[in-house]
Amino acid sequence: MIEIVNLHKAFGKTLALNGANLICKEGCVSALMGPNGSGKSTLMKSILGLVIPDSGTITIDDEKISNGFEYRHKIGYMPQAVNYPHNLKVIELFEILKKLRTNDTDEELISEFKINEIYEKKFGQLSGGMKQRVSAAIAFLFKPQILILDEPTASLDPLSAEVMKAKIRKSKEEGCNIIISSHHVSEVDEMADRIAFMLEGKIVIDRMIKEIKNGSGNIRLGKVIAEMLNTN
Amino acid sequence: MSISILKYVFFDLLRSRFIITYGIMLALISLGVAYFSNDEMKTSLTLLNIILFIIPLVCLIFGSIHFYDSGEFIEFLLTQPVSRNTVFRAEYLGLTLALSVAAIAGLIPAIILNGITVSALFLTIISVAMTFIFTGLAFLSSTINTEKVRGIGLSIVLWLFLAIIFDLIIVLLIILFRDYPLENLIIIFTSLNPIDLGRILLLLKTDASAMMGFTGASFKLFFGSTTGIVVSSLAMFLWILIPYFLAIRIFRKKNF
Repeated sequence: MIEIVNLHKAFGKTLALNGANLICKEGCVSALMGPNGSGKSTLMKSILGLVIPDSGTITIDDEKISNGFEYRHKIGYMPQAVNYPHNLKVIELFEILKKLRTNDTDEELISEFKINEIYEKKFGQLSGGMKQRVSAAIAFLFKPQILILDEPTASLDPLSAEVMKAKIRKSKEEGCNIIISSHHVSEVDEMADRIAFMLEGKIVIDRMIKEIKNGSGNIRLGKVIAEMLNTN
Repeated sequence: MSISILKYVFFDLLRSRFIITYGIMLALISLGVAYFSNDEMKTSLTLLNIILFIIPLVCLIFGSIHFYDSGEFIEFLLTQPVSRNTVFRAEYLGLTLALSVAAIAGLIPAIILNGITVSALFLTIISVAMTFIFTGLAFLSSTINTEKVRGIGLSIVLWLFLAIIFDLIIVLLIILFRDYPLENLIIIFTSLNPIDLGRILLLLKTDASAMMGFTGASFKLFFGSTTGIVVSSLAMFLWILIPYFLAIRIFRKKNF
């Protein structure tokens, strides 16, 4: 379980996180939503240890993460976009990662994401979509207990996007704790169980999607969220 | 220490066009100097002056560029179960080792033509020490500044200060206070600049120190003694360690 309590982070005068609270449990897909600059990326990066919060705590399975790094054995992360070194071959990256992580690997997804076709290629030769396929495969490769996916289907081709959605569903069934960030309500409606909507560094809506839909009697999730934000 | 990251950084840099060009350029310079000077001492002194100009500049600018260009990959590595210290150490050692290999390869033609001498050995040690010192300073200026332009700008200012302005200040001090005994003060000042420290250490291993007059004599008295050698080696070592540890301290608290 991930427990975030009263997290604050300021970059100069800009307040990125202003008392964010969130609990994410196993077997649940939590969708972080919100406008640009609302603090979604900062929150995700704080869990990964890339951003060091000014105050507040993050605990994973009852252990504070503070300055540790071992806990990241449990996490699979897919960034929105990453510039891998141009001269690095895909196979070399996989070899480096296999030496850094001791977990078992799920070799099936190498073929599922068609990585074997580009294994020997350098990142400089790959398109943006191909690089995202590699990032997606890396996130799932070590059978993580926690998945953090930043805009997971944004740069993927339709086929890979479907593979990704299937992997998310399968991981959820296996008890994985999944956090995704997305701007697409339809995608969230399709994949997530719960919405955490962020505004100005705070989580202003934190509800299960089923509850939201049942409560309003409205099936269009986007409209319901908008109505909830207006009443808030 | 993650050998896999270090190995990747080192070999990736070693096959980069910049490092190859840098090694070849140094090799051509050392070949030219050794061929035309025809004298071991002259070769060492000429090469020393060139090296003390080029190595700090290359390490500072290329070190900063490399750090910023690797930013996204460093960020990606930090999402894996690996400590910030490990990633920083691998990047620093990978770069310094690759630049050192290029610098040593660049000196080989002169060593072949003149033979392995004490000054050639000192020249090699000083080249490697300069590489470690100035790459550390480049990483320090890059961790302090999040913006690439500012980081590279600070590296250039550091080079200008240590390679040119510092000596001008010393000359000015000597002229202004020529009536006072400044020898000890100059020795302390020299230790504050790794370029000057490297220059004096090699000069004292050659006969050229005889031409340095009274100041040279006091330098020889201090730097030529066992205490002097220990103090100057310690100063060089501190010049490697201090920027490295300051940079790693900032890197550990950096937000990505």
